[in-house]
Amino acid sequence: MAGLELLSDQGYRLDGRKPSELRKVQARMGIFTRADGSAYIEQGNTKALAVVYGPHEVRGSRSKTLHDRAVINCQYSMATFSTAERKRRPHGDRKSSEMSLHLKQTFEAAILTQLYPRSQIDIYVKILQSDGGNYSACVNAATLAVIDAGIPIRDYVCACSAGFVEDTPLVDLCHAEETGSGTAVALALLPRGGQIALLQMDARLHQDHLDPVMEAAMTACRSLGQVLDGVVRQHLQEVSILTGE
Amino acid sequence: MAVDMRLPAVRKQVPSFSEAQEKHLVVPGDVITTDVGFMRGHGTYMDEEKLTASVAGEVERVNKLICVQPLKTRFNGEVGDVVVGRITEVQLKRWKVETNSRLDSVLLLSSVNLPGGELRRRSVEDELTMRDYLQEGDLISAEVQSVFSDGALSLHTRSLKYGKLGQGVLVQVSPSLVKRQKTHFHNLMCGASIILGNNGYIWLYPTPGQQDEEAGGYYTSLEPISLADREVISRLRNCILALAAHKVLLYDTSVLYCYESSKPHKIKNILKPEVMEEIVMETRQRLLEQVG
Repeated sequence: MAGLELLSDQGYRLDGRKPSELRKVQARMGIFTRADGSAYIEQGNTKALAVVYGPHEVRGSRSKTLHDRAVINCQYSMATFSTAERKRRPHGDRKSSEMSLHLKQTFEAAILTQLYPRSQIDIYVKILQSDGGNYSACVNAATLAVIDAGIPIRDYVCACSAGFVEDTPLVDLCHAEETGSGTAVALALLPRGGQIALLQMDARLHQDHLDPVMEAAMTACRSLGQVLDGVVRQHLQEVSILTGE
Repeated sequence: MAVDMRLPAVRKQVPSFSEAQEKHLVVPGDVITTDVGFMRGHGTYMDEEKLTASVAGEVERVNKLICVQPLKTRFNGEVGDVVVGRITEVQLKRWKVETNSRLDSVLLLSSVNLPGGELRRRSVEDELTMRDYLQEGDLISAEVQSVFSDGALSLHTRSLKYGKLGQGVLVQVSPSLVKRQKTHFHNLMCGASIILGNNGYIWLYPTPGQQDEEAGGYYTSLEPISLADREVISRLRNCILALAAHKVLLYDTSVLYCYESSKPHKIKNILKPEVMEEIVMETRQRLLEQVG
């Protein structure tokens, strides 16, 4: 891309970060009272809201019911005001459906669904402001919401994106880097066991470069996991103090 | 209508007390023990011989059994629990009831008290007139009779205190906030009655007069409720919401204390954050005094 230097000679990125540096993460759990679980996360300028309902009886078409585990229903949507150009449809377009499917696959790998036969778990995520890494913000927010809902989960699911510019892997891409760098890898990881819940790459990348990019993304996921861990423990402490008296 | 607007405020930090450290709190993925001599309970799973937590909450140990109790979850019914629920479906010989549990509960036609005596055979006519007794959207109070293997609950209303609910207000809170007690039906001193369902559904209604024996719990009065009663019920509703927002356990005493400390405020002001904090603080104080 002409004129846009993604990595300066001194080794700094557009927003002044180092290649392996994450954006500032802020999160809160339990923001809605009527939902079973809810969470809000800010990763830099990307803001996402996740709500979980369930496990509950399968509503709508009965045929979806599974007799050995729970059905996970995900819906991804973007607020009309979340991007620079106003969106017409908040959800239901091809990109959102694909994202919903990815979220579903990610959480089927993490949630212990076999404990809830014939039930359904709904996960709704909304991007309020989009600045790259939508998938990772959604996964991180949904993880917190699932934990808030008290649904059994193997481990946190932490997601992060990574790119490759000038022989250097960049992590947690912002919007300019995502569109300008060519290739972007999205990785969802269960950090304790190191299992990969989802790995997605949109463009081509040389095989020799895949390993360093993956390595950088996994390290970033682990450090995100520590941030989420802090948020959950803080929330746990606060609530248990209030109820414990 | 005047709308109350306010600017965003900094969230108050919860003061940390030393007693909280005694609790064993875990988050999903935390290894509780690597000892193989323990039994795996709810909220845990075995990950390569290690007993690992799957929910965020407090570890409970009963002899060799280790469970993790999450802070907030759907209702896990036990036999004898009092529940308030809403009819979602009328099926052959049974009703489906939504009770905030992970599957809809079942209310069999044979486990309700039909008008006209205890010992009555359930005939085909009864099956055909099921919708006259309870139809979709009706609220009922019931007791858990048994739990099926998949976790669904079977309810019964074989007592005059259970049955269809008439005029009143439903408040939904987290099931973990309702304290288990000997009785969940209370006639509060302030002039209203309350059913504290174990499933977190709380029913507020004016204290009934004489019960009609013949109706078998399916009689609903449609007489207008006096303004005074409605005000008491609205105040109780707001008080319960305030207690729930501050995670105070709900039982007759806590609700009554909160009601009394809310007296100086207007009903609509109870839900304002600063008022809420004040009255909940007062309630906590009185509850502590009562215990000590």
